[in-house]
Amino acid sequence: MSTGRVRSVSSTPFSEFLSGCRGIFPLVVGAIPFGIIYGTLAASSGLSLAGTLAMSAFVFAGSSQFIAIGLLASGTVVPLIILTTFFVNLRHLLYSISIVPHVQQLSQSWKLPLGFLLTDEAFVTAIDRYNQPDSSPYKHWYQLGASTFMYLNWILCTWIGVTIGHQISNAAEWGLDFAMSATFIGMIIPYLKSRSMLLSVVSAGIMALLMYELPHQLGLILATLTGIFVGAFIERLNSRR
Amino acid sequence: MNMNEFILILGMALVTFLIRYPIIGMSGRIKLSPQFLQLLSYVPPAVLTAIVVPAVLIPTGDQILLDYTNARLIGAIAAILVGVWRKNLLLTIVVGMVAFFAWQWLLSFT
Repeated sequence: MSTGRVRSVSSTPFSEFLSGCRGIFPLVVGAIPFGIIYGTLAASSGLSLAGTLAMSAFVFAGSSQFIAIGLLASGTVVPLIILTTFFVNLRHLLYSISIVPHVQQLSQSWKLPLGFLLTDEAFVTAIDRYNQPDSSPYKHWYQLGASTFMYLNWILCTWIGVTIGHQISNAAEWGLDFAMSATFIGMIIPYLKSRSMLLSVVSAGIMALLMYELPHQLGLILATLTGIFVGAFIERLNSRR
Repeated sequence: MNMNEFILILGMALVTFLIRYPIIGMSGRIKLSPQFLQLLSYVPPAVLTAIVVPAVLIPTGDQILLDYTNARLIGAIAAILVGVWRKNLLLTIVVGMVAFFAWQWLLSFT
């Protein structure tokens, strides 16, 4: 299920960029309905057209944008929405740490866009490429291609949502947000190749349910950490045997 | 765009960027131990699962719904089966979505 296994030693920046676009394509498809309902809902939450598009262009973090417009519609004050955004997006910290070994040789003019565009989808796609055994010196071009495609698609879908939103007033009730769950399930499955990964995922899932009531997405962070430590612990047990 | 919106978007953009970028920005000076790298290899599936499981099993946001009236659960099961069987990401997403919508449509008759 992973992307672009076969790659010759003669990869070029451009070929890597294109493979990145290809690699993230399924996730881009999965993000389309999500982006469209975001645009639709934002319009009805009171956010202006410019504000809705600006949020997609400058924040570029789907789930936090969703929560923000929900809070906005219910009259939550701005500082509290920003604080919630911080907690919802805190998981990206783990992504940026994970990407460290692969980007540390790059210049700041590379690190800046790669950091700004670091979404769930771009991260999972890029880390898959970085972990492939070939020694292509242009793997960061792959990440740039994947990230850029995701970004442009997100803005386009937001625009479509805002434009056609009023014509499909009850779009939110269709459950299009399930597209995100289906996408994430597809992203998880290729990882489940060992017992430690399986147990990591199961424990993260159970903890996420148990901790669901905690405020500020704290449950998400705790469940993630549980999954990480359970997985690593089982792996160490196995390797000692 | 009014002032309130401007501050909201600026603030959200800033906190998000300050989570995503700084570690990458100073990555040249960071050295991670093999033990730590091993922990990090569990990050992607653990985060994604922690997001998906409540989204699927707590569809209304208040209680766990573990029966056939939960169309998300049916869609998720379909996605898992196809994902494990065919190992094709796009197919997994599409089949999951179709199963979810079909089930929701069927439920509308009950």
